[in-house]
Amino acid sequence: MAQYVGRRLLLLVPVILGILLVTFLMKALIPTDAVTAMYQGQLSGKSAEKAIAALQAKYHLDLPWYRQLWFYLSDLAHGNLGESVRLHKPVSAVIGYRYLNTIMLTGAALAIALVLGLTTGIVAAAKRNTWLDVTATTIGLFGISMPAFFFGLLLILVFSVWLRILPVVPHGPLAIVLPAFALGIIEAAPLSQVTRSSMIDVMRRDYIQAARARGASELALTIRHALPNALIVVLTIVGLQIGNLLGGAFIVETIFSWHGIGELAVNAIQWRDFALTQAIILVSAATYLMVNLVADLLYAWLDPRVELTA
Amino acid sequence: MTVAGFDEEITVIPRWRRIGGHMLQSRAACVGATILLILFVLALFAPWIAPYDPFKIDPIHRLAAPSAAHWIGTDEVGRDLASRIIYGTRYFLLICLVTAAISSSIGTLLGLLAGAGSPLVDGVIMRFIDILLAFPYILMVLVVVAVAGPSLWTGMVAVGIAGIPGYARLVRSTVLTVRQEDYVTVARALGASRREILFGTILPNVLSPLIVYLAFATPLSALIASALSFVGLGAQPPAPEWGAMLVNSRTYLFSAWWAVAAPGLALCISIFGMNILGNGLRDVLDPRNA
Amino acid sequence: MVTTTHDDRHGTAGSADDLLAIRGLRTEFGTGDRTVRAVRGVDLSIARGEILGLVGESGSGKSVLASSILRLIRPPGRIAAGEIVFDGRDVLAMNTRTLSRWRGRDIGIVFQQPQGCLNPVRRIGWQVAEPLRLKKGLGRRAAWDEAVQLLRSVGIPSPESKARAYPHQVSGGQAQRVMIAIALALRPKLLIADEPTTALDVTIQAQILELLRDSCRTHGTSLLFVTHDLGVIAKLADRVAVMYAGNIVETGSVGGILESPRHPYTRGLMDAAPRLRSSEGERLRDIPGSIPNLARPIPGCPFAPRCGLRKELELDRCDREMPPFVQSAERHAVRCWGLPEMRTANRTNAAAPEREIVR
Repeated sequence: MAQYVGRRLLLLVPVILGILLVTFLMKALIPTDAVTAMYQGQLSGKSAEKAIAALQAKYHLDLPWYRQLWFYLSDLAHGNLGESVRLHKPVSAVIGYRYLNTIMLTGAALAIALVLGLTTGIVAAAKRNTWLDVTATTIGLFGISMPAFFFGLLLILVFSVWLRILPVVPHGPLAIVLPAFALGIIEAAPLSQVTRSSMIDVMRRDYIQAARARGASELALTIRHALPNALIVVLTIVGLQIGNLLGGAFIVETIFSWHGIGELAVNAIQWRDFALTQAIILVSAATYLMVNLVADLLYAWLDPRVELTA
Repeated sequence: MTVAGFDEEITVIPRWRRIGGHMLQSRAACVGATILLILFVLALFAPWIAPYDPFKIDPIHRLAAPSAAHWIGTDEVGRDLASRIIYGTRYFLLICLVTAAISSSIGTLLGLLAGAGSPLVDGVIMRFIDILLAFPYILMVLVVVAVAGPSLWTGMVAVGIAGIPGYARLVRSTVLTVRQEDYVTVARALGASRREILFGTILPNVLSPLIVYLAFATPLSALIASALSFVGLGAQPPAPEWGAMLVNSRTYLFSAWWAVAAPGLALCISIFGMNILGNGLRDVLDPRNA
Repeated sequence: MVTTTHDDRHGTAGSADDLLAIRGLRTEFGTGDRTVRAVRGVDLSIARGEILGLVGESGSGKSVLASSILRLIRPPGRIAAGEIVFDGRDVLAMNTRTLSRWRGRDIGIVFQQPQGCLNPVRRIGWQVAEPLRLKKGLGRRAAWDEAVQLLRSVGIPSPESKARAYPHQVSGGQAQRVMIAIALALRPKLLIADEPTTALDVTIQAQILELLRDSCRTHGTSLLFVTHDLGVIAKLADRVAVMYAGNIVETGSVGGILESPRHPYTRGLMDAAPRLRSSEGERLRDIPGSIPNLARPIPGCPFAPRCGLRKELELDRCDREMPPFVQSAERHAVRCWGLPEMRTANRTNAAAPEREIVR
């Protein structure tokens, strides 16, 4: 187990390097850099060109991409993520608390998605083809068709504008409620569908019929026999959904002014603040990879047939 | 002729008729197909159907509530929302077609090469795919947009590229499974060439899961593309793209909620239609769901 | 003399001390024109401590019959008519709650695919202990210890460690032993074994059969053994019921049926079975044709289209009317218009109205 985790962590290194390589290659294609973008149209004349050139030299922007990559890697090895050109601050200082905010938001959303998705999926499977199932399935289909940004705006409209339960830009602990639900409910929909279909699939298996034949009640069949098997399938989806949650966070954070890395990323791209964009991409990808490692470990724990071999 | 103990004749029904017949039986799939058909009609005949010019600004009637003159009201500069929604179908369908074309063509090609090629080719392609997959979907879109600068076309290309790994993985795993099947072994034993096996025997079997995946991945791509427009990284205002329409009108959520609800609902219903059509397709094409 | 009655139970269902009595059972799947009538009015009984072999080819409805006894038929299937009385209790009248309490306690069942019947994510010991915990109210520890004892009693080597194993870690034969241990955990009065050896290696089959027979004989458990293999029946059963297209066509003691099969279908089965009848050099013969479509009405004898005797004697009646049971010897009953005693009836029938004969 420890050996497996170690090997998986080692495998992360080439993937992270690959990500860096790809982004730096793409960066070489960027028509404008952060410094030019920042001062575009604001300065003119010889002095401005000089100032821009000086800044470009400071951030190594005048070098070819592979040399930039080399500087970046050696900085990274020292735990330095570089400096945001736009904000004049070290990237790690900018990202730190925003990263925690995003983790908090996605964590809360995941919890909401799991509770909602699993319960509705199990109930819909148990009451298959009844009005309850049809309703749940239809709502679920609407859910996966719902753009996160529209759903977020709808929540604001209903709870802040019409019902006035929550302030539009809430502060304190209440602030997380709407964005977490906006993200969580949307991700609950596919989860519910997968739970339903895998529960139905498992309930058809011989071992369920065999357990029924020896007198297990329908409730015991569902919870004790079928659910552990269905969860195995559900878990593989949850791993993928973490990616959706991170992605959805970019949108939802923008709508609800939640100061996470998603909101920051959208700004960083518009500023062409490459060090910042790069760091956000790196941090998100690393988080995603780690979460998937955890999901794989859980998978092996849930399914005795799976053996951990890297 | 008797088959399998039943004294009934087996009549051969053409594939498309069998699929079509099943689809017609599913009410949901019919609704989905109807929605898609309406979208196509609106997009094709937009100039004739739309009551106003979608770009015409009318400051006097800004943020007007739905009325006989403006069916679903006007936006913050007085443009007719109904007309903008109708013209928006063109953007929506364009996004669907472009993203689906990019991801499915490149993805299928990579998947076929990886699944049917030498272990070396497979290894190189799959490592590349692994790296792409290490990005969460939207992050990859953002990387491409970050490189090429925000616009409708970069947004579409970015979403298209981000969809490639999904197709490649699906096609590769299906090819690998199909290659193990007895009928492929038989074809090989009968002396069919590699090409004949790949395109004559394997590809038709990859087609069904591919179509099902296409039906589910395309609305998802459309969602991401409009989300990009919404955060200002895709189609740019004043284009009547549904996501972009929300950029400015969301500020007026309090006074003119219809300006937010209309494009949002249009997007929702269109994607809902595609999703239930996809469900119907899956039920028909996927033998496991029979 | 001819002894035919409309509601004939000779040797098929009868005496009061029967553990299980099935009367007129019909099980169907689907609705409308596509209704498949898998079990078409079966009478069957099992005495206490008896081993009954139910034999028929695949599609004859024998497994559906076995599942019907425990009411394991799931929609779109249903039990359309009939009566199942087990130990004085009306099974078809039980509600869901009573049913799940009754299942497993009084009847154990073993299926064809042992490994598919074990939950892949639960330890073997957990699965053997489950009925002990749920039905016998044992604690976790006590149930586990008894589960280990049960595994030992069905011949699992080193049961302590096997109890901690998962189903994919044991062989098919061992999995079937585990299934038998689970089925016998609460000492049921009846064990149903639905082709329990079909999926196993030939060498393992004999061991499993021996285990089943010995466990049932030791505890006086009745056994309903469902199989397509007459050879297995010969080794195991006290009595045989032969099933064809949803109907029981012949029933009797093992000796009686193997010595002198009377129904043309039973004879066909024996000719098709190796080892049983064919002396060296004699060719095995299969039965020409196939099982009729069970979604269509079958007015006469379902075997008539494939029946050599019908062809030979040119009996039109076979196509029109289902023959009743005829008691041909002690506890041996057959349904066939082609029997010599029935042929007399046929001739009489030509003169007299039909009703009278049937009465």
